[in-house]
Amino acid sequence: MVDLSTSVGKLQLRNPTMLASGVLGETAELLLRVADSGAGAVVTKSIGLEPREGHPNPTVIEMEHALLNAVGLANPGIEAFKEEMEVATKGAVPVIGSIFGKNVDEFTKLAVKMEEFGATAVELNLSCPHAEGLGHEIGADPKNVEEITKGVKGSVSIPVFPKLTPNVKDIVELADAAAKGGADGVVAINTVRAMAISPEAGMPILANKIGGLSGTAIRPIGVRCVYEIWEEVPIPVIGVGGISTGMDALEYLMAGASAVQIGSGVWIGGPEVFASVCKEIEEFLERNGHSSLNDVLGAAHSC
Amino acid sequence: MLIRKIEKIVTESHHTKSFYFKGGFDANPGQFVMIWIPGVDEIPMGLSTIGETMGITVHSVGVATEKLHSFNEGDKIGIRGPYGNSFDIQGSKLLVIAGGTGIASLMPVVEVAVKDRDVDVAIGALTKEELLFARRVEDSGANLKLATDDGSEGFHGFVSDLAGDLLSEGDYDQMLTCGPEAMMKKVIELGREHNVRTQVSMERFMRCGIGVCGSCAFDGLRICADGPVFDGEEVYGKGDFNKHRRDPAGKRTPLIPNL
Repeated sequence: MVDLSTSVGKLQLRNPTMLASGVLGETAELLLRVADSGAGAVVTKSIGLEPREGHPNPTVIEMEHALLNAVGLANPGIEAFKEEMEVATKGAVPVIGSIFGKNVDEFTKLAVKMEEFGATAVELNLSCPHAEGLGHEIGADPKNVEEITKGVKGSVSIPVFPKLTPNVKDIVELADAAAKGGADGVVAINTVRAMAISPEAGMPILANKIGGLSGTAIRPIGVRCVYEIWEEVPIPVIGVGGISTGMDALEYLMAGASAVQIGSGVWIGGPEVFASVCKEIEEFLERNGHSSLNDVLGAAHSC
Repeated sequence: MLIRKIEKIVTESHHTKSFYFKGGFDANPGQFVMIWIPGVDEIPMGLSTIGETMGITVHSVGVATEKLHSFNEGDKIGIRGPYGNSFDIQGSKLLVIAGGTGIASLMPVVEVAVKDRDVDVAIGALTKEELLFARRVEDSGANLKLATDDGSEGFHGFVSDLAGDLLSEGDYDQMLTCGPEAMMKKVIELGREHNVRTQVSMERFMRCGIGVCGSCAFDGLRICADGPVFDGEEVYGKGDFNKHRRDPAGKRTPLIPNL
């Protein structure tokens, strides 16, 4: 029997798979379904202070080996989200509240609410690539990452995980800023800024024109980011980007991630993807004579 | 994103038009597509015709559907899909119950089922003018039954009441239904009473159409990927059935009929 349990700072997980923010995370019943499907934790959709309808459709389109989205941070607002949290936190796994704001004050208010609603940790969305004045427009600057992380850390007692953007020259600077701000870990990566044009329609397909690319196509970018952060910054990393199989997850875990998140993997794999990824990790570890997931964390750095 | 020219437009009633385009993909009865109206919106539409030529039937109810209604033959639309599951036809005698534009999503399954089964189709609408596809049902070889709320054609009353009368007379193996949820709820209850299984086709606000974004959450189900066709018993007990939808911000909101 292989031990798949892991931890990210103080956050204890029964297995290393978590639902990534933005996928099936807006409603309590779907969060519970993902938990029941085998995820080690679930991350909510990013929630702001006020309700937000997001961008008009098309907001999500399929590409080869990838999804392109510009949902635009649609969410019901933190007050309305209380009823979802009340139900979602009754499940078997930790619920991590993802939040977005335009400054430290908004992030702090939201984090305090999430803690009050029973979130086990908060994830700071400093990386959404398609919302004006939010996400990566703030989070691409290390100063903001440090200041917002510090502000949130000072007002809640649950772990704080900034989610970082890959759309910068050096993601290590952002991870370093998060560490300086007192983060309990970082989440890397959010989607890669991208565009698709329909030649026949003669225009970008997404209503917002620019969106974020996710899925298999971006996995090498995410793995590289996690590897670089692990080399330079002594902070736990949650790896995300293009994971849909156990071997995909193992790339991140060997790059140094303590846990992984799966989002677009739900597209082909359905909510059952969490159980199948865990099973494949377990089989790999058994095949290679390991009794614990810990044996392989960061393994790619020892070569 | 597939781009197709609209080959033909047919006016079905004062608020409903059908749009036909060349397919080039396979689809099963009950599946839907996401229709892109470039520069305006993208909306889910059940396929009302499946084959080399595909069709959708659009009730003009908002900005996107109004824009589509202003389109001419030759104009281009984008298509993603087909998505979702399809009807699972069982038994040899079927009762198909449609409310309003619900007949659009049922028409392909009627045309397939009637090839080797006995099919009765009950269509209901507010008035005679709003009864859709009556001729097409007759042409398919199915038995047509009509109901109007105002009594201007056929049975005077709700199509679910007409279905109740038909169930008392006929020995049906299965019911398939699409329309307002209050109507479908009644149909599921009739099915329980007469021991006939019901499949329902559901609808909610959608973004991705592929089971990822969660916008069409219906309790723990995704209408786009777990549905849109469900066993009646699967939806009947859900707290959201005939009560709530999710608005584009994801907030649980009272269900407004005909949306």
